[in-house]
Amino acid sequence: MATDITQSVPDQNIPENEAIGEINKYDFVTPTTDVFKAERGINEEIVAQISEMKGEPGWMRDFRLEAYRIFESKPMPKWGGAINIDFQDIYYYLKPTSEQGKTWDDVPQEIKDTFDKLGIPEAEKKYLAGVKAQFESEVVYGSLQEDLGNKGVIFTDTDTAVKEHPELLREYFGKIIPSTDNKFAALNSAVWSGGSFIYVPPGVKIDFPLQAYFRINAEQMGQFERTLIIVDEGAEVHYVEGCTAPMYTTESLHSAVVEVMVKKNGRCRYTTIQNWANNIYNLVTKRAMAYENALMEWVDGNLGSQLTMKYPAVYMMEPGARGEILSIAFSSKGQHQDAGAKVVHCAPNTKSRIISKSISKNGGRSSYRGLCKVEDNATDCKSNVVCDALILDSDSRSDTYPYIEVEEQDVQIEHEASVSRIGEEQLFYLMSRGLTEAEASSMIVSGFIEPLIKELPMEYAVEMNRLIELQMEGSVG
Amino acid sequence: MSETLKITDLHVAVEGKPILRGVNLTINRGETHALMGPNGSGKSTLGNAIMGHPNYEVTGGKIELNGEDVLEMDATERSRAGIFMAFQRPMAIPGVKMADFLRHATTNVRNPERKEGEELIPMRQFRKELKDKMEQLKMDVEFARRYVNDGFSGGEMKRAEILQLAMLRPKFAILDETDSGLDVDAVKLASQSIAEIGGAEMGILIITHHDKLLDQNVPDFTHVMLGGKLVETGGVELAQELYTEGYERIRAAYPEAAAAEEEMAETEALAH
Repeated sequence: MATDITQSVPDQNIPENEAIGEINKYDFVTPTTDVFKAERGINEEIVAQISEMKGEPGWMRDFRLEAYRIFESKPMPKWGGAINIDFQDIYYYLKPTSEQGKTWDDVPQEIKDTFDKLGIPEAEKKYLAGVKAQFESEVVYGSLQEDLGNKGVIFTDTDTAVKEHPELLREYFGKIIPSTDNKFAALNSAVWSGGSFIYVPPGVKIDFPLQAYFRINAEQMGQFERTLIIVDEGAEVHYVEGCTAPMYTTESLHSAVVEVMVKKNGRCRYTTIQNWANNIYNLVTKRAMAYENALMEWVDGNLGSQLTMKYPAVYMMEPGARGEILSIAFSSKGQHQDAGAKVVHCAPNTKSRIISKSISKNGGRSSYRGLCKVEDNATDCKSNVVCDALILDSDSRSDTYPYIEVEEQDVQIEHEASVSRIGEEQLFYLMSRGLTEAEASSMIVSGFIEPLIKELPMEYAVEMNRLIELQMEGSVG
Repeated sequence: MSETLKITDLHVAVEGKPILRGVNLTINRGETHALMGPNGSGKSTLGNAIMGHPNYEVTGGKIELNGEDVLEMDATERSRAGIFMAFQRPMAIPGVKMADFLRHATTNVRNPERKEGEELIPMRQFRKELKDKMEQLKMDVEFARRYVNDGFSGGEMKRAEILQLAMLRPKFAILDETDSGLDVDAVKLASQSIAEIGGAEMGILIITHHDKLLDQNVPDFTHVMLGGKLVETGGVELAQELYTEGYERIRAAYPEAAAAEEEMAETEALAH
């Protein structure tokens, strides 16, 4: 029951180089001294080699090899955008330093330089103890605030967690998103590296966001981080990740898997801001399971990339569970954001809310793809979906594909969709107050996404506004 | 030398339909002009054309600000040159706070050479000024945190426009029915405010149906628009006459303009 409300024909006759300058602020490559780089391409041998290089236990090696076989057998997704990836032309594993940095001083200078260019030290100062940063495939720097450790909170990279917390990993890893879920989840399961592992014990509430920065830095280097968050009964956590990738000439693949488990009365908010270079495929599987009276919130901002396919999901497994997904997509020339959300009501008296906002400009294409599913006997459920699209010019395009599958009568489902173009009247009003046309457009756009921005921690809100401003520069005229 | 906004034989069309058919008007800085006329006679069109709305096509004539060609400027440049219009129905900009919007607007108008991305006026200075002006206009400071015109009542919108006028301090201001939708007290407050924020230093064109706004802002001249032309100009007594007596005498005295007005009304009716 997909509804296509295509607003204009796809991009045609648009000068080739128009979008190139837009994110060149991030167009820098820091030379790295690689300690180990797996061969280009993928086969059983390379998968086994990755596991060996990481010194993993046998169960994880077997998990990877099985996932690789599933990856081989799975077809490419049939929805979303065109994916043109040569899986044999990608490096799947790269370890930039021989050891994880223990303190900021241990982090290699060239990596610090890259962080400097991204303005990370400011955040580092503020959240010194809580920050984990990922450079290419391995976490190079991370330190955990002492009192978190005292409360029994585990916040580490997933590779370390495999070695140090095998009991938790074996119980939850790959259980929320099995390798069989889709081709890219299988690929990630076979070659994953890095990502965050968080465990919050019962009743522990962490009152500041835990953060991680992710970066891709080697040409044709895939990044396959794997994140697992377990929020135990009555516990609370807010996890934040932001990504800013530099620009490359050849295609690059980012394919992450994020699994979240929120137990009874727990709360988890997962905030992502991603700004990928134009040549990157960003194909991510994110899923959370929320149990009795638990709340899971995804806040998801997607900028850049050649194609993003990402639909954060919440499965409401027991009565009283709630899922909220707030997503924003910004697409410009040569970019296709196929983003949305999935909510699955598996139990009675569960509630979900989806707010999706997309902005398309300069020939960009944004699609909202959402699923609302209510299982049989999941009575008294409520779901509210609002998706708003803002189209900045006639070369750009927006589509909405809402899928609703309901097996139970006693439910309340609302779906609202709106598509608007930047109004001439709004522009004129702001211009009549001395704003330039570009400044006026930018202000209208930032107002449009304000409901999402105000959900972000301060520094991310600033970063997001700055990214939007960069994206908007020269967008008019 | 006194500063002047000079309109000469202005013709304006909207969607190809002629609305203004030769308007002549000169406003000197420091003067207050009232513009009256029946609905649909072209009053708001004149305001929008002066402000540079892209849908109002100037098909003939001139608009000059101190001898400079205003028609060459876009709305941004006109605003920065010192022209302001308080809109009858200002647009809502959801998600944009009044304070942020006003800070951008104030910076740009005071620093016409400013390029995008250059410094805004310092926050501390701006806040103080905004707070002072809001107190003067008896507005709750909470107002500054609301989204521009989003969910505003009619009265709130008009007061927000006056607040902008106060902050931007233009050389020339067009007030398009700033009194409509306001109750008697609100009109009184609005008109006092306009007088207080230095109306005397501006050249003001007040578009109105009522005489209340004119109590505190006594017009030096009253113009009557009919069928897209200014047919008569007088003093404050003309405004009072039109308010109490209506436009019968005017229509009778200017049959040609009255015929044009009727024609415009018919075209309008057909279009809807």
